[in-house]
Amino acid sequence: MARTIETVAEELRIPSPAAQLRKRVFGHYGLVFGLCALAIVVALAVFAPLLTPHDPYAQDLMGRMKPPFWMAGSDPSHLLGTDYLGRDYLARLLYGARISLAIGLFAALISGLIGTAMGVAAGYFGGRVDLVVTFLINVRLAMPVVLVALAVVAILGGSLQVVVCVLGLLLWDRFAVVMRSSVLQVRDLEYVNAARAIGCSTRRIILREIMPNVVNNLIVVATLEMAHAILLEAALSFLGLGVQPPTPSWGLMISEGKQMMLFEPWLIAIPGVALFVLVLAINLLGDGLRDVTAPENRG
Amino acid sequence: MSEPVLRVENLTIDIPMAQGTLHAVRGIDFELKRGETLCIVGESGSGKSLTSLAIMGLLSKKMRCNAARLDFSGIDLRKQSPRAMRALRGDRMAMIFQEPMTSLNPAYTIGDQLMEALQLHRPVGRAEARARAIELLGKVGITAAESRLSQYPHQLSGGLRQRVMIAMALMCEPELIIADEPTTALDVTIQAQILRLLADLQREMNMAMILVTHDLGVVARIADKVVVMYAGEVVEKGSAREIFETPRHPYTRGLLRCIPVPGKTRPGEHLGSIPGIVPSLIGHMDGCAFRSRCDVAEVACASDVPVRRTGEDHMYRCIHEVQPGAPS
Repeated sequence: MARTIETVAEELRIPSPAAQLRKRVFGHYGLVFGLCALAIVVALAVFAPLLTPHDPYAQDLMGRMKPPFWMAGSDPSHLLGTDYLGRDYLARLLYGARISLAIGLFAALISGLIGTAMGVAAGYFGGRVDLVVTFLINVRLAMPVVLVALAVVAILGGSLQVVVCVLGLLLWDRFAVVMRSSVLQVRDLEYVNAARAIGCSTRRIILREIMPNVVNNLIVVATLEMAHAILLEAALSFLGLGVQPPTPSWGLMISEGKQMMLFEPWLIAIPGVALFVLVLAINLLGDGLRDVTAPENRG
Repeated sequence: MSEPVLRVENLTIDIPMAQGTLHAVRGIDFELKRGETLCIVGESGSGKSLTSLAIMGLLSKKMRCNAARLDFSGIDLRKQSPRAMRALRGDRMAMIFQEPMTSLNPAYTIGDQLMEALQLHRPVGRAEARARAIELLGKVGITAAESRLSQYPHQLSGGLRQRVMIAMALMCEPELIIADEPTTALDVTIQAQILRLLADLQREMNMAMILVTHDLGVVARIADKVVVMYAGEVVEKGSAREIFETPRHPYTRGLLRCIPVPGKTRPGEHLGSIPGIVPSLIGHMDGCAFRSRCDVAEVACASDVPVRRTGEDHMYRCIHEVQPGAPS
């Protein structure tokens, strides 16, 4: 029988690449926790209409400020109670998860496109292109994100689309920095030269030869920026310049609850914990992905 | 059949640097016919690799490349657009690089990479490209070629990767193949195999081959013609027989003294060495670049050095007509 690499590996009991990857992923508790928590939040957001019979916008002024289930006097039909307008808190929390996830996803997508294009161009072409991009990155880093976002939202008015665009246009810096340095590392490797020697065009080299080898860094940055965007949206909404009421946004819920903070602390505790869990999950996922894809951790 | 595949005349490559212009290659010329192997020999920094990159049109934009003539099969390479050069590269002229460990993209299977080399230039379907890839993997001596196609570069050893690189260069049956130190990064035991393979394939496909190397042992085995470069200049050029039997330039003779010869070199005896280092190539240079390291240098070496010829193709650059102590 011919000894192929597979049969030799079997003889030596070397686990297959897929098995090695599985072991790395499931051996990383942070990654597993982040993945599970994120999956739960996504599932809750997607299936929100099935999980609660209440409309997050429906007010019931007779049933305001009902406490959640663990406190005395709670109403079994409102598990997490109601807010100051009598809206079901659980429904608002579930629908709010949609807002947070959508903002995180689209802001990361827009900034990812901008930052990746700039970073790859700077890393691959170098020279003047690199100078221009580096300058733009420095300009961007010198701008305080929250202040710029506040100013723009104050002028254009707060809505979901405006917040997504503003965050997308402001959070590309890390993408650009990371992509630039990753491409710089890959650019001069021989296989890029070899691709040129078999007659590949520049576009083909960037898309086919370079991108697949730097995309793991891109995914890690994307998760971290997603968490960043979600936190910023919450902060902007809390300040009243993000998503406008009555949209159910977690930042807005905290903002509306803050007047009653001393009497009804659960009003801000519930969305606060939700925000904390989501951001923690995404960050753990990003950290985990970085650890798992880093070559030095491959056993 | 006498029309040369490649004709290079007065090729110069300049690299602008902060300290001045570095004249990396200073006027070299050679020509190569189909079925011939030309070896470019020289130490690090003598401009061998730059010369091969210049032929492929792969020099970085910062380097300035000029030539009185740079013809490839009747095509003037100096006048080709980047698009036309891309169409030539990989199709009619191919290159094999020094580092097999990094020359293959880790993100794709070797089958994908081999097929890409063909499909970039020929309107062939996947099945046909696949068949060609299997055929060539067999030709470069890889067993179980079909199962190798789905493997990734990290699953192959250095020798196997270099064989894959050779197969990739041959996918379109190029007329000219340039191998830039193809065996430097390999184990000694593999080096001989790879060289033999290259020489066999070159004969079989009737290609012209340029082999860049600093290993004269390699040259002796497979070269038809030899170009010896020193500090960006051709110091001696001729057929392999002439270079090995009647070397004229002191640098060539020095290089030849550095190789041990079975039966002649006695155990414990010192091998020859050439003292000193290659001079800086920045700025204008006069006279013979090798004079600072030459053991037969004279005052006259600082002025213009005549180009001497013996026979039809054998030329060298030295003020000495016949080397002191050389067989003439």
